[in-house]
Amino acid sequence: MCGTCGCGSEENETKILYPVTGKGHQKDSNGGAHSHGHGHHHSHTHDHSHGNHHHHHDHDHGHDHHHKTVLEVERDILQQNEIMAARNRGYFDAKNIFALNLVSSPGSGKTSLLERTLKDLKEKIPFYVIEGDQQTMNDANRIATLDVPVIQINTGKGCHLESDMIHDAVKKLNIKNDSVLMIENVGNLVCPSMFNLGEHKRVVIVSTTEGDDKPIKYPDMFHTSDICIINKIDLAPYLDTNIEALKNNALKVNPHLVFFEVSATKGTGMENWYHWLEEQVKLIPENQ
Amino acid sequence: MHELSVAMGIVKIAEEETKKAMADHVTVIELEIGKLAGIEFESLDFVWPAAVKGTVLENAERKIDVKEGLGKCADCDAVFEIQHFYDSCPICGSNIKGIIQGKELRVKALEVV
Repeated sequence: MCGTCGCGSEENETKILYPVTGKGHQKDSNGGAHSHGHGHHHSHTHDHSHGNHHHHHDHDHGHDHHHKTVLEVERDILQQNEIMAARNRGYFDAKNIFALNLVSSPGSGKTSLLERTLKDLKEKIPFYVIEGDQQTMNDANRIATLDVPVIQINTGKGCHLESDMIHDAVKKLNIKNDSVLMIENVGNLVCPSMFNLGEHKRVVIVSTTEGDDKPIKYPDMFHTSDICIINKIDLAPYLDTNIEALKNNALKVNPHLVFFEVSATKGTGMENWYHWLEEQVKLIPENQ
Repeated sequence: MHELSVAMGIVKIAEEETKKAMADHVTVIELEIGKLAGIEFESLDFVWPAAVKGTVLENAERKIDVKEGLGKCADCDAVFEIQHFYDSCPICGSNIKGIIQGKELRVKALEVV
């Protein structure tokens, strides 16, 4: 059974796919052929090795089968994800890759923000993109038309990306040194907050159409993020959303958040976000 | 529904530790879960039978030590109970605090045979 959703079928397994409209960069662009369900196989392996264990046990005559033993395990449940995240982070640091994890609810404008950012900065900064969605190649195809190397992870029924998926995707992306990796997580303001991918900064995107109490309704994501981008500010005059109230709510959850107010479709406010991003890229060597 | 990922993580740890101890299966599993760890306990109950089926945990009794959220104010050092990440210090009203308890998400102990 898969670890994310409990599904048993191949159809719902995690797949890592190349976009179909890519114009090069990818060595292989035959769409869905490269499916790879890495993360989901762990539990199967262990079920099987458990079977082997019975085998060992049969030979262990000295052991009392009915004796109860208490094992002081003291192990973090998300340890595996953290270990793989640390491996990813080491890889990023060694290659001078600045990695961002973009998180938000569905429809807040993550992909639009990404498209605009790539279009405006791709001549200055070499970008790579990992797209996470439950289904479809749509987002990867959108990014591929910008001539930016991109890979799609379809999580099937899974509600978030995990660090082993990033580990596999990164290997296929073949990222060059001194670049920026944008990871667009599955649109979900709850589950991705628990899963460190090895990113340097987590960016939560919230749009004005979502209301100003989003940060306190879904505090975990705001608590674990470093940057908060408030998108669709061009729509604010037509809505009851108060941007100041939104920021105050977010600051109650996480006083360290840094804000950018933008409209990704109109381009308003994007220069501050670009400035921050360029600063971070310059800072990478100094941080290490 | 990340609780299923969490349940599968628990199963993995239990399988590994049971094998390491050359035991057959788990009779009792003790978990430590903080109220600020992002786990919906009802969701965990819901996914548990499916996650443990056919594993060493299938018939194990599950005990959960639920940890209350505790914060320490960065401005006045007061230690206070927190239900939400946005709770501010009841003494000085500051939002800046360290979470000192409540983010736990671990397998504490297994009783195996």
